[in-house]
Amino acid sequence: MTDKPSDTNGKEGLSRRQFLKNSGLVAGGVVGGSLFGGLLTNQFQKKTVPNKKDMANLQDARMFFSRKEDFDILSAATERIFPKNDNGPGAIELGVPYFIDKQLAGSWGMNAKDYMRGPFTQNLQAQGYQDSKRNQDNQGPNTATQSPTPTPRYQTRLNRSEIFIIGLRKFDSVSQEKFGMKFVEATGDQQDEMLHMFEDNKINLTGIEAQTFFNLLLQTTIEGAYADPLYGGNKEMMGWKMKEYPGPRMGYMNQIEEKEFIIMDQESLKDYQTYG
Amino acid sequence: MVKKLEKVDVVVVGTGWAGGIVSAELAKAGYKVVALERGGNKEREDYTGVKDELRFTNRFEMMQNLSPETITSRNTLEEIALPVRTRHEMMAGTDLGGGSVHWAGATYRFMPYDFEIYSKTVERYGKKKIPEGMMLQDWGITYADFEKYYDRFEKTAGISGERDPFGEERSNDYPNPPMMESPAISLFKEASKQLGYHPYQVPSGNLSQTYENPDGEVLNQCMFCSYCTQYGCDFGAKSDPLVTVIPTAKKTGNFEVRTDSYVRRVLYEGGKAKGVLYVDTNTGLEYEQPADVVVLAAFTFTNNRLLLLSTIGQPYNPKTRKGVIGRNFNGQFNVTFLGARGFFNKRKFNLYMGAGALGGALSDFAGDNFDHTNLNFINGGGIELRQYGDAAIASNHVPKGTPRWGAEFKEKSILYTNRNLVVWYTPAIMSWWHNYLDLDPTYKDEFNDPLLRITNKYTDQDRTIAKFGVQKSKEIMEQMGADIIDEDVVPEEFDHIYQGGHYAGGVVMGADPATSAVNNYLQMWDVDNLFVVGGSAFPHFGGHHPTATIGALAYRASEGIEKYLKNGGGQLAEGKRKIFQA
Repeated sequence: MTDKPSDTNGKEGLSRRQFLKNSGLVAGGVVGGSLFGGLLTNQFQKKTVPNKKDMANLQDARMFFSRKEDFDILSAATERIFPKNDNGPGAIELGVPYFIDKQLAGSWGMNAKDYMRGPFTQNLQAQGYQDSKRNQDNQGPNTATQSPTPTPRYQTRLNRSEIFIIGLRKFDSVSQEKFGMKFVEATGDQQDEMLHMFEDNKINLTGIEAQTFFNLLLQTTIEGAYADPLYGGNKEMMGWKMKEYPGPRMGYMNQIEEKEFIIMDQESLKDYQTYG
Repeated sequence: MVKKLEKVDVVVVGTGWAGGIVSAELAKAGYKVVALERGGNKEREDYTGVKDELRFTNRFEMMQNLSPETITSRNTLEEIALPVRTRHEMMAGTDLGGGSVHWAGATYRFMPYDFEIYSKTVERYGKKKIPEGMMLQDWGITYADFEKYYDRFEKTAGISGERDPFGEERSNDYPNPPMMESPAISLFKEASKQLGYHPYQVPSGNLSQTYENPDGEVLNQCMFCSYCTQYGCDFGAKSDPLVTVIPTAKKTGNFEVRTDSYVRRVLYEGGKAKGVLYVDTNTGLEYEQPADVVVLAAFTFTNNRLLLLSTIGQPYNPKTRKGVIGRNFNGQFNVTFLGARGFFNKRKFNLYMGAGALGGALSDFAGDNFDHTNLNFINGGGIELRQYGDAAIASNHVPKGTPRWGAEFKEKSILYTNRNLVVWYTPAIMSWWHNYLDLDPTYKDEFNDPLLRITNKYTDQDRTIAKFGVQKSKEIMEQMGADIIDEDVVPEEFDHIYQGGHYAGGVVMGADPATSAVNNYLQMWDVDNLFVVGGSAFPHFGGHHPTATIGALAYRASEGIEKYLKNGGGQLAEGKRKIFQA
């Protein structure tokens, strides 16, 4: 950090300690050091007291996506996958895009615990007409990765965060080509049409099957709606409320035989770790 | 530079149920035991207060890091195997306690039929019943002789259950009463009874009451919190090595466990195992741990790979069907847990509650409990309804025909969150000449050693038995009164997904050294002081979950190792071939 805490002790400033205390971020587990530091720096450089509304959602900043454009495409796509409706909030309101952004910035997004050694060979059964010796390291596109054919599914040298960048930018180029406008400017139906093209593997992507990207997008959208709020999605446990899911609890020994459905108030992992 | 350490009586590779039991038994008998675990050190506290679905269920917190090593997979001998790269596709437990910490807790015994499957099949149906290419063989020990080891394991683990009405002989009841019954389980049992079947409560490693096991370890009562399968228990209420055999071994003062220790070779010289070579993965330093007895008690994949890398035993060759290491690969695949899912429009269940082994089961279509004369398969399996307790990401089942995303998906997935139940069949998986394990010619681990390669494809037996199970499950679901019933589709071919953690064979037990690698004490025929313990010893996969059999085999092996050490060496069993030679 460039600021020293003493710099912020002016009339309108807050001490770092006070800031942390007010925002409740001290106990937050998920906020990474770099984002945290960045936020603090910006706040203190402006020397303004952040208003209450902003303080509540300080995690809602981009950690992985550098281009806002990419993030906006992601937001639009997740909202089509999990739209706001009579059941309750959609992906954007639930914080799903930020959830995905944080996931991609971390070890999962970098495939840290996956086997990522070469060669990344084409799968013979999915691409039987192609040269079996063809090697993705040299040739790139259209490798069978996740597909319905009998093949070990993840066979790309790209990691998940790279796949998202490629996939999201392709949404925009498909949209330009097909509808003459950016993906985020297209209508909901048009966006759905494009999502289906990815889902059905009708789009060629570099180094990855469109379907693999789509499945990742779908998986992470659902995860973001329903994972513990500590990861930045499922805001205010609204995803769990829709599902009548109570969150982590000590146990249900006295309820397990109960015939009626029991609706409970939601509790998060933070509640569980704080109060048991 | 390899540093040579002081010799011990026994070195054990792996710390799951298999390695944990062997370590505890031999340490209790006064032998110096060192156990090596590739994963990190864990204590019960590591699993307290961390009920987080994303971390454990979706990001596989407790599974092996595949970055340094995985397996490769293909269907047929002609194909090039590709690595199984992500933990979505491959789940093998890691860290102290191994896969036995994240298990669900279902603790069935295999059936007397399984142990003498060749003899009993021929006796009832004749040799013609066995299709060409099925590697059907007896296990080299009968259920009657093996029963006492099941009993030992059930007492150590504090299994909670009731007798299966179809059940085999037992010397004792389960040490704890069965788990409580949820309304979903009651519905399954009532429907099954109406159809003339004989349901019972799944024998469970989640405890129905507080229990002290014969080693003096205390286990707590299960709270049905649902964070069970793929998690470590928050309360010490799921039986696992961390709350039983590992502390038991430690208390003796004869046991040392070294975590972050990745074994690369069994050292072998002049017909004897000398010890193992391992790497401390924190420092990269290599060590040689000499021992009088070497026990491989790791996961099936590692047991096989270490023998192949160490060139011990004759590798199986599918073309000649000769050789034993890697022979009879089997397990539970995507033909295994198939059945019927029912959606209930007028009834809700508290599906966010549950426990790993909470469920109802029936054995009317298990093993050879039913006549196979007019069926195109042998063996059978259990039928189950389990209430694991699903968290919010997992509980997104929708009726077939519902879109996978969008408004309709959202509406239906929320509507049916607590309104769907599944009944499935767990058919036995037989072994075939073309399903085996060897070393991959292309892909390497971080030390440049070849990965283990799996060649596995389905046969008509697999598809037919699975379809049979789907139909039976569907009939029960209809009787349960579901409004919409979706049958599972039986896949044509194996999909290279190793998610279930139940993979077996390759170092199989038996009475004949030509068709088995180890005798019925799991002692290698070729190397008297090398014991290979675990699911790797299964000649085929019975129609129930494997843990009780692995635990029982570990007690059997421990008895053998003790005998071996007392006798001062030698083979503990007479192989058929040796009898012929004499």
